Amino acid sequence: MNRRNFLKMTAVAGAVVAVSPAVPLGLEAKAQPKKRSFEEALKEITKGKKPVESQKVKLIAPSIAENGAVVPVKVEVVEPIENVKAIHIMADKNFDPWTCSVHLTPQNGKPYFSTRIRLAKTMNVYAIAELKDGSFIMAKKPVKVTIGGCG
Amino acid sequence: MWIIKKEEIKMGRTALIKLRPRRYKKGDLVRVDSVIMHPMHTGLVKDKKTGKIIPAHYINKVEVYYGGELVTSIDVNASVSANPFFSFYIKADKKAPLKIVWKDNKGEVTEKTVKIKPH
Repeated sequence: MNRRNFLKMTAVAGAVVAVSPAVPLGLEAKAQPKKRSFEEALKEITKGKKPVESQKVKLIAPSIAENGAVVPVKVEVVEPIENVKAIHIMADKNFDPWTCSVHLTPQNGKPYFSTRIRLAKTMNVYAIAELKDGSFIMAKKPVKVTIGGCG
Repeated sequence: MWIIKKEEIKMGRTALIKLRPRRYKKGDLVRVDSVIMHPMHTGLVKDKKTGKIIPAHYINKVEVYYGGELVTSIDVNASVSANPFFSFYIKADKKAPLKIVWKDNKGEVTEKTVKIKPH
């Protein structure tokens, strides 16, 4: 009995010791990016709606990227600008799959956006266009990465 | 191709805006290419010398104003490459300044203005 109690005590104490340094670390981690799954990140953008794959979204990205730190991505939506509210770019196996969101207005004249993103490894890149009626259309493209870019 | 003036180097970060095509008529679509010099630290990479994690330092918001009106806003995450490049279109239907404002997660703000004057 004594030994059993002693073991229990040390186990509890050990747990407390293990948890206590983790608390300040957890607070610090808030400033750092959070790891999310692709489904979680997609849900936050589309608010539960399922994006439909469409030919209207044109996503241009290299099929083989030598350097994952700089991958040029170009998105064009074949829709009048009045119908397109926003364009979101995502990469499904990154630490945080959400990369950027562009909110457009009719003054833009054309639903087009281009940027350079980082990819940690070989994965799919998604372009999701948010339409005026609240629906989402998307395109995806697999990109092969030789050297990862997220460190 | 990017011409940097000496005064711009003194004012914080270097940012450049390029309009394509250079000559345009009223009502034309003009492509705006912008680049800002920024390390975009993700907060995941370790410093090779000290072994400590480099804290996250990245641009999280870009706003584009055309004649005082918010035209485009971009929400950015750390997974955008260092020295971020953004390109979009603008309908040049008035003679007005185009201002781009970059904001990062440490509160640093960089502004850059170009004049849009259709020929």
